[in-house]
Amino acid sequence: MTSSPPPDFSEKSGPPASTGVRPPASTGRSGQSSLKGNSRLGDSVFFGLSAGSGILLLVIMAAIAGFLLFRSGIAISKDHTNFLTTFGWDPDNILKPSFGIAVLAFGTIVSAAIAMLIAVPIATGIALFISHYAPRRIAQPFAYLVDLLAAVPSIIYGLWGALFLVPHLNGLMSWLNEYLGWTYIFKTTDPGAPARSLFTVGILLAIMVLPIITAVSREVFRQVPRAHEEAALALGATRWEMIRTAVLPFGRPGIISASMLGLGRALGETIAVATVLSSSSVLSLHILDAGGGTFAQNIALKFGEAGPLGKDALMAAGMVLFVITLLVNGAARLIIARRKEYSGANA
Amino acid sequence: MAKRIDVSGLSAYYGGTKAIEDISMTVEPRSVTAFIGPSGCGKSTFLRTLNRMHEVIPGARVEGKVLLDDENLYGAGVDPVAVRRTVGMVFQRPNPFPTMSIYENVVAGLKLAGVKKKAVLDGVVESSLKGANLWNEVKDRLNKPGAGLSGGQQQRLCIARAIAVEPQVLLMDEPCSALDPISTLAIEDLIGELKERFTIVIVTHNMQQAARVSDRTAFFNLAGVGQPGKLIELDDTQRIFSNPSVQATEDYISGRFG
Amino acid sequence: MTTAPSVADRTPVPQLNHTLTAARLPRWAPAGVAALSIVLGCAIGAGAGLASHLQWGLLAALLFVAISFGLAARVEGVRQAKDRIATSLIWVAFILAVIPLVSLMVYTIQQGAGVVNGDFLTHSMRGVVASSGPGGGIYHALLGTLQQIGLATAIAAPIGLLTAVYLVEYGRGPLAKIVTFFVDVMTGIPSIVAGLFILSVWNIGLGFQYSGFSGSLALAILMMPVVVRSTEEMLKLVPNELREASYALGVPKWKTILRIVLPTAIGGITTGVMLAIARIAGETAPVMMLVGVWDSINSNPFVGPQESLPVFIWQQYSQVNNQYGYARAWGAALVLIALVMGLNLIARGIASWRSPKAGR
Repeated sequence: MTSSPPPDFSEKSGPPASTGVRPPASTGRSGQSSLKGNSRLGDSVFFGLSAGSGILLLVIMAAIAGFLLFRSGIAISKDHTNFLTTFGWDPDNILKPSFGIAVLAFGTIVSAAIAMLIAVPIATGIALFISHYAPRRIAQPFAYLVDLLAAVPSIIYGLWGALFLVPHLNGLMSWLNEYLGWTYIFKTTDPGAPARSLFTVGILLAIMVLPIITAVSREVFRQVPRAHEEAALALGATRWEMIRTAVLPFGRPGIISASMLGLGRALGETIAVATVLSSSSVLSLHILDAGGGTFAQNIALKFGEAGPLGKDALMAAGMVLFVITLLVNGAARLIIARRKEYSGANA
Repeated sequence: MAKRIDVSGLSAYYGGTKAIEDISMTVEPRSVTAFIGPSGCGKSTFLRTLNRMHEVIPGARVEGKVLLDDENLYGAGVDPVAVRRTVGMVFQRPNPFPTMSIYENVVAGLKLAGVKKKAVLDGVVESSLKGANLWNEVKDRLNKPGAGLSGGQQQRLCIARAIAVEPQVLLMDEPCSALDPISTLAIEDLIGELKERFTIVIVTHNMQQAARVSDRTAFFNLAGVGQPGKLIELDDTQRIFSNPSVQATEDYISGRFG
Repeated sequence: MTTAPSVADRTPVPQLNHTLTAARLPRWAPAGVAALSIVLGCAIGAGAGLASHLQWGLLAALLFVAISFGLAARVEGVRQAKDRIATSLIWVAFILAVIPLVSLMVYTIQQGAGVVNGDFLTHSMRGVVASSGPGGGIYHALLGTLQQIGLATAIAAPIGLLTAVYLVEYGRGPLAKIVTFFVDVMTGIPSIVAGLFILSVWNIGLGFQYSGFSGSLALAILMMPVVVRSTEEMLKLVPNELREASYALGVPKWKTILRIVLPTAIGGITTGVMLAIARIAGETAPVMMLVGVWDSINSNPFVGPQESLPVFIWQQYSQVNNQYGYARAWGAALVLIALVMGLNLIARGIASWRSPKAGR
């Protein structure tokens, strides 16, 4: 093998995809063609396989979009009410199927927003704690612990949320109701009932996405060049001022993308929400009241007893969720890409 | 505003390792003092003890005294943050803040100190950039990112940033080692001007540079790998390079080691 | 040289005073202020007759922030005060995070430890009336989970690996860019959507019934992008010199990749795959939708419904307010956590044992 001339690497853009056919360029100049032909064949096959896998991923993505779209089309065309503004979910009604995503969209957005409001500042704080504040002896094991917690399955978060968190939140709920009830948002219509509300779901989702946001932002904070931190310190900055001048501006795109990742998780979280939330087709701004629903939770809950149209209707809900998460992830990509161009020169 | 530095019995450590041992010297105000010596001899470490940047590294500590016009930098009640405001520093590689414009880079220190008046800031930007011989090159693009300048310009921007907070001493840690010869020349000229106003201490690997820019030169050496660095001698630059009193200095300068 | 305008000429800026000493609060100050705030908080709370202890705590916390800021601002200056506040807030973030996370671990272990035993691990739920008493076990669920994640890995790992090879070793043109983008997007697909997709194609479209395999298909979709990402990172760490050295010996590209590049990165790749497995092992929703639920042992993942650990937990939990169901759920949760953590620890062990040492 080693005696054969070095293969032609100028073809990095890729040999012809038709595997097994020797590229015509090599025929003219290869004398000991049996060896060379073999390696060419191997290269072509291997390239075909790996490129094929990449293409397969694209096909899967396209198929997901296509099938969901197709199924949702069937469902929505049979919907007797407006798909976007209807509260209830009754697709298997033979006479008059009616279902809509108003409650689900509201619940998904509200719970994810609560989760983000709680998780992003805390996660940024923890990431800074690990990268800049904690003594080394604590930082390393704690970072490790946070990474492990990112792997805890969501069903376990759900179980813990329903059996531990919900009863322990009752005090907070009644307190919020009593003193912040005038804000309308924190008003409880049924004081003392278990806190299986969108608010509790938001808190649980915050806990669930905390490790991911922390892990990603921590990595970014660690990559802040020491030279920039020292530049700030040498100008007479306190530690916090150093973080504000050198670390946070550098890490901002990282925090944003980490938050987007977390947001994607929170929007699509299924089983933990289904475990904690006591759902209903009520759209209420009283976020402490039980009720409401989210896309993913609704799919998991209604799937068991769904008939043919019911399943298609759930696909329609899934499609909306898919589009939302696509947009969130796409936006995160764009933000990061743009920031890179701006600050890349010296990084 | 330039001040004298008096160091006595100073040692610095990284964790359990002693990096420099028992250094005593005096740095005259309004002069340039160059530190030379082989790699690892602790000259940069020593420089960083002069504005308490050494202790920024986890596990690092310092023993001894550094007097800045009779005030001990390591005395009780001294705030390291205030020390760094008084003793400015320019680093080996130019390090303008990448997310800030040229203007914001220059005023970064003032902003931290709570200066908000636009007129004051504008004035400081102009005088500092002029002081760093950069004004004419950048005055039309003050709001462009600092990272877009050439290496030599970035380093002068960093000098402008350092002098904008009116320090009394300016420490330079091999400020030209990442620059091309022409930019190096520009910085060396600038050092010659800055010494009218500041006490300047410069660490350099380049002996010609020490000979060109400094009034006094200190030679550091270490007895062997793993041994702490020591000050061998400090004298007028001219004497050090023509007739040093210690054999090791002469060996180093004449290129026999290092 | 033109004489530069002297800095001394310019109007002095009052904020830039050069005193080196600054008054500092003593080291015990934060602790002292904390104690004082707690006492004050309780006193005000009790004095004003506030019933909620939450309120006392809130008062104490507010007092702590206000007093320490005021004190620091007065003694040390506003900048130092801000620095102190930032430090306390960051410590608060740390504590706020530790409480639920530790509580989750401790509570799971507490609740589950009493349930898990030999019987629990080696029996199924066949013939056990779940709501009326203890007994039964998770053997069928454990078996199902292992088979399903095994199949999913068998599908996803090669595809993910090859895609990563394509992106790192061949990928230049627009196709590579598109693949990279969609791998990123795919990472964010909610698991329930992946489940719906397989449902629409495999079950509704092609008419297949509940089976472990159809669950594996959904899990594979979730796993692929994770494998691609981590493998890509690892392949990028393999130094180019190795490839060039191999090319210079006349080794063709595909053999270079198979014999040189992949073996060098194999530690990191394995780690990535293990982490991906750990992630899908806990997936509930798509599995419930595609594999169904089953009380008994079904060792054939290609025919008929199977149980899996997450679904088992969900099923037991769903018998609302049933202590036996809850107990079994916690037992299964403990086993699932142990499984996932074990995978994680092994993965990290491999990572630190052999991975190309990057120069950073």
